[in-house]
Amino acid sequence: MSAVAGHGASVHIQNCGKTFPDGTQALAPASLDIVSGETLVLLGPSGCGKTTMLRIIAGLETPDAGGRVLFDTTDMTAVPIEQRHVGMVFQSYALFPNMTVAENIGYGLKIRGVDKSVRAARVAEMVALTNIGGLENRRIDQLSGGQRQRVALARAVAVRPRVLLLDEPLTALDASLRDRLRSELNSLLRSLGITAIYVTHDQAEAMELGDRIVVMRKGAIAQIGTPREIYFAPQNRFVAEFVGAANIVEGPVAGGRLTLPGGWLALDNAADNAAAVAMIRPETIGIVAEADAFLRGTVESVAFIGDRQRLVVTGAANQPLTVDAPNTINVRAGERVGLSVTPQAVRVLPKED
Amino acid sequence: MSHRNFIWICLLPLVVVTAAFFLLPMAQLLAVGAGGSRGVSAYLAIITEPRYRATLINTVVLAAATTIATLVIATIAGLFLQRHRFPGRAVLIAMLTFPLAFPGVVVGFLIILLAGRQGLIGAITAAVTGEKVVFAYSIFGLFLGYLYFSIPRVILTVMAAVQKLDIGLEEAARSLGASPWAVQRDVVLPALGPAFVASGAIAFATAMGAFGTAFTLATNIDVLPMLIYTEFTLAANFAISAALSIGLGVIAWAILALARSMSGGAVAAAG
Amino acid sequence: MRDRLIFASQLGFTLLVAAFLVVPVVLSITAGVTVNYFRGIQSGVTLQWVVQVWNLYAGEIGLSFLIAFATLAVTLVVGVPAAYGLHVKGGRLSRVIEEIITLPLAIPGLAIALALLLTYGGFGGFRQSWLFILAGHVVFTMPFMVRSVMAVFASVDIKTLDEGAASLGASPWTRFCNVIVPNAMPGILAGSLMVVTLSLGEFNLTWMLHTPLTKTLPVGLADSYASMRLEVASAYTLIFFIMIVPLLVAMQMFAEKGETK
Repeated sequence: MSAVAGHGASVHIQNCGKTFPDGTQALAPASLDIVSGETLVLLGPSGCGKTTMLRIIAGLETPDAGGRVLFDTTDMTAVPIEQRHVGMVFQSYALFPNMTVAENIGYGLKIRGVDKSVRAARVAEMVALTNIGGLENRRIDQLSGGQRQRVALARAVAVRPRVLLLDEPLTALDASLRDRLRSELNSLLRSLGITAIYVTHDQAEAMELGDRIVVMRKGAIAQIGTPREIYFAPQNRFVAEFVGAANIVEGPVAGGRLTLPGGWLALDNAADNAAAVAMIRPETIGIVAEADAFLRGTVESVAFIGDRQRLVVTGAANQPLTVDAPNTINVRAGERVGLSVTPQAVRVLPKED
Repeated sequence: MSHRNFIWICLLPLVVVTAAFFLLPMAQLLAVGAGGSRGVSAYLAIITEPRYRATLINTVVLAAATTIATLVIATIAGLFLQRHRFPGRAVLIAMLTFPLAFPGVVVGFLIILLAGRQGLIGAITAAVTGEKVVFAYSIFGLFLGYLYFSIPRVILTVMAAVQKLDIGLEEAARSLGASPWAVQRDVVLPALGPAFVASGAIAFATAMGAFGTAFTLATNIDVLPMLIYTEFTLAANFAISAALSIGLGVIAWAILALARSMSGGAVAAAG
Repeated sequence: MRDRLIFASQLGFTLLVAAFLVVPVVLSITAGVTVNYFRGIQSGVTLQWVVQVWNLYAGEIGLSFLIAFATLAVTLVVGVPAAYGLHVKGGRLSRVIEEIITLPLAIPGLAIALALLLTYGGFGGFRQSWLFILAGHVVFTMPFMVRSVMAVFASVDIKTLDEGAASLGASPWTRFCNVIVPNAMPGILAGSLMVVTLSLGEFNLTWMLHTPLTKTLPVGLADSYASMRLEVASAYTLIFFIMIVPLLVAMQMFAEKGETK
């Protein structure tokens, strides 16, 4: 295990953009620094440029002129992928159907001319690491989706890459398997201590796996931050709405109060603003007696989900508010309720053009 | 009318036509083959009779050479055409595939125009070296002819297979450190294996049975279809020609059946 | 730089292959309209050879079209219902039938022709009519029609459509006309193009089956190659190209349309 631990390079992306021959800009020039050993998640909807960014780091795409990719201090921009010493896990897994599981895992070592016995030992180590013992001599078409995913990971890690690149590695799996593999992947990445760049459109994956998350939109970086920063302090409406559920409310701010149709909310040191936009997470809104609250509304619907109940409250803000309430309180549609929100939970978003 | 009966009515005409014009004649062919002076041993004559055996070997070698050459040519061109986008690509593909349904006779004539007595190659070599090169009527001319009608079909198969190839496989191999040559050797060519088997078998079976091209190029080229033709029309040796046809048919069918069981896909010859 | 070189050499190779296929066709077309091919194109451009071919071989060309469309009619009437039957019925028997009707693709035309001759050669009236050639062409082209239609059935889940129509009260015959045939149309069209093209160009079978009174276009071609001057043979080939190329183009367009779906 120690043999594969802690040898990640830091990655520096400087001013990398990508314009395709037909003129579409997949990625606006962007810069990004990834610390050695860090797991960085590129998160965004399809077409946001996250895969292009990953492929530039991998060496499968060349950045537009002026862009540079560095591993530690070495400029890799002109180095083809086969010499970058990366490991890559593909969404389709891209396992070689003409090779067995063991041959797939050992392929990178074989190409590097690693001695057969060393190779066998490393393959065995990878097999143990990814829990696929007994499958070594299987053909790829005899494997389940989850097994394929593990083989793909083992193959990418076996060469002890300087950077591990993962392109939506769990997307092809069904939901329950995805959850299990996600936590396995998480502990594996932690124990390897490898620099990993992980592309996904699934915010739960991003939250669990990322040391930091880069939220991308329309070929540009929307925000970089830890999962907590991204969730609680989104810098714009897109991030707020893309990561988790969000209520977006609009109204004037004066004297530390945001005035809404159903009352007002106290804010933490907010400047006066005639037309402010703020975000409130559904689970931060408490249901209280109408008389005890400064913001009031009418429950339009109640959906019991199990671990909580989801209410839609109208009349409080200019749009219906979604509220995640504990499953124990007793509310019914049509009831008038008071809403309590701590000042910290109301996030005023910067004005957008 | 029940659905079951309706299905039988749908199938009936096909069964009748096939029985009358294919199964019955083939059975007759089988009977005639065994009905000559040699009896059932006529079926072994293709191997035991030195003259027939030599022709069989000739035909197999020629068909095998055609198959290998076609596969090499079509793979290089097909990979190139499927992997690059450039102006004129569509025209080039059209040029490479339109001879798909040219009959063998026409192909033979085209080879004569290329390498015959009044052919282009003859004219060029006569002008350059003073010596006129004519090979249309030799076994090499026949080889070129078979190449001519095999290339379009195999290129189409290879291109379709390349298109279906997951580009991620190549990227994965490269990410693991494989050079462009290693990627071709370890990933691309193995992945195209079934397409090679399928289209190679078709090329082989078609070359084995091709009659039109050999007929047009005519001069003493010894291939099985020509032998059957001369035995039947000139020597009126019905039994032997029937037995040889059965032998030819069995070889062609066996190759295709073998290829199909290996590649798992649908394999069929035409022309 | 290395990539450029690889690209250039691959392009060069591909162009060479294309030249091998195209140059003889160009030669043939040129020869067909040249006054004297031996002296080259500067001897003048003429349509005299084309006219001569038309006068000599119009009958063959006409017969070829008659046979091609008759073959199409038979393969449609017999093949389309059979494809449906084979698809819906499934099971072992269907596979055996499919296997048998596909055999003519593997067995050389020469063998099939011999078999037909040895079986029906004695039936003078049939032997001497064009229907004899038609029989051969039907056997040879049937698998293309059946398989082309079955391929469509496999991709559109015709069984569910059929059952849906049945649940609405349609009889088998009504379903066949209103649901099966319209949905099989792409396969029927592709198969039809294939059948007509193959029938027009068929030589291996036809050469054995023809009589002096039932010569087809390719038989006439072989005739002219053996006995006519090069210009006439070329002009005849030119006429063949003019007839077959639109069909090939249509087939290719069809294949592309199928791919993009």
